[in-house]
Amino acid sequence: MARYDRAITVFSPDGHLFQVEYALEAVRKGNAAVGVRGTDIVVLGVEKKSAAKLQDSRSVKKIVNLDDHIALACAGLKADARVLINRARIECQSHRLTVEDPVTVEYITRYIAGLQQKYTQSGGVRPFGLSTLIVGFDPYSGVPALYQTDPSGTFSAWKANATGRNSNSIREFLEKNYKETSGQETIKLAIRALLERG
Amino acid sequence: MECVFGLVGNDFAVVAADTSAVHSILVHKSNEDKIMILDSHKLIAASGESGDRVQFTEYIQKNVALYQFRNGIPLTTAAAANFTRGELATALRKVEDQMILESCKSSSGVPLVLSHYNPYFVNILLAGYDKETGPSLFYIDYIATLHKVDKGAFGYGSYFSLAMMDRHYHSGMTVEEAIDLVDKCIMEIRSRLVVAPPNFVIKIVDKDGAREYAWRESVKDAGVPSA
Repeated sequence: MARYDRAITVFSPDGHLFQVEYALEAVRKGNAAVGVRGTDIVVLGVEKKSAAKLQDSRSVKKIVNLDDHIALACAGLKADARVLINRARIECQSHRLTVEDPVTVEYITRYIAGLQQKYTQSGGVRPFGLSTLIVGFDPYSGVPALYQTDPSGTFSAWKANATGRNSNSIREFLEKNYKETSGQETIKLAIRALLERG
Repeated sequence: MECVFGLVGNDFAVVAADTSAVHSILVHKSNEDKIMILDSHKLIAASGESGDRVQFTEYIQKNVALYQFRNGIPLTTAAAANFTRGELATALRKVEDQMILESCKSSSGVPLVLSHYNPYFVNILLAGYDKETGPSLFYIDYIATLHKVDKGAFGYGSYFSLAMMDRHYHSGMTVEEAIDLVDKCIMEIRSRLVVAPPNFVIKIVDKDGAREYAWRESVKDAGVPSA
């Protein structure tokens, strides 16, 4: 058992956590995911690679519900995503059970990011190889929100963001073209951003 | 003195529960809703220890919701009933350890642990509607008995409501006929049970979902008197 106490994520001499940076590489190789926040809507879009002919593409879920009012899309290691999503779903119900209130978007984002951080500071484990985009509406204020987390465990709120393959060029497109939109306009912006990666 | 009963109709199930919350000789409130909407097409009518009733049914409700998110489809009524029964059965025999105060530590410094069983004192009628199999009613008592039934009842009121339903129930009842029977049972309970609860709530579940049907109140909570 002593063998597994050794931390895998340790500092390099110049202050880098290489395992975390390698995890970010895995994210960069994953399918693109885009999130846009409007005034009355939040949109998540993911790139769907041309499926293998024999694969039932409907069984590959890239955007999932965490609760009635929260959804998540991610880029990176999909197997790691399953674990994180499962924990988040449990936390959503657990929160409802203990405080009789649905989670806010920020709460569940903080929870997921906290989980990702734990795995950068524990023995014998590697970081989760995915970044997530989390959207939803806060239960009572009804304010729309978009958050992003990454393998290091940092998180922040965004008006629009992209992660995964070509995320830099998609983000540039969003920076140039973002404005406060609602309804269909927000959806169109997300779609155009995804198509931009070309 | 809690009364809970229910029955299955032609394409719906209905449950009724009294709405009194009692502690010894004091009535805390007379509009306590003891029928929880478990999910869109399921109802749990529960009676028993009020702390256990709320804790246990909320626990079941959140686990049923979690299943739906994980699997993309809701549990069937039978599956939810079996899950509920399983949780009651586990609590019946699984040892719950309770740490005793620091001050009671044994001489060797090992903390003393009190082990005990922690059963839930809750009786449940679980009513639901499944698209494939239609309406169903499950009788689950506090020591984890599980029966699929057409009509069922708990509490002292069951002596009267079960007798009433045995006399008037037939399979394939319409909503009007079923509510009429429910009202007959409530009248019987009100007139024949010594400390009868005055108010009842009736909820129904059918293909359109689970919802409150009506209240039957003979005593309203006194409002705040004006100065």
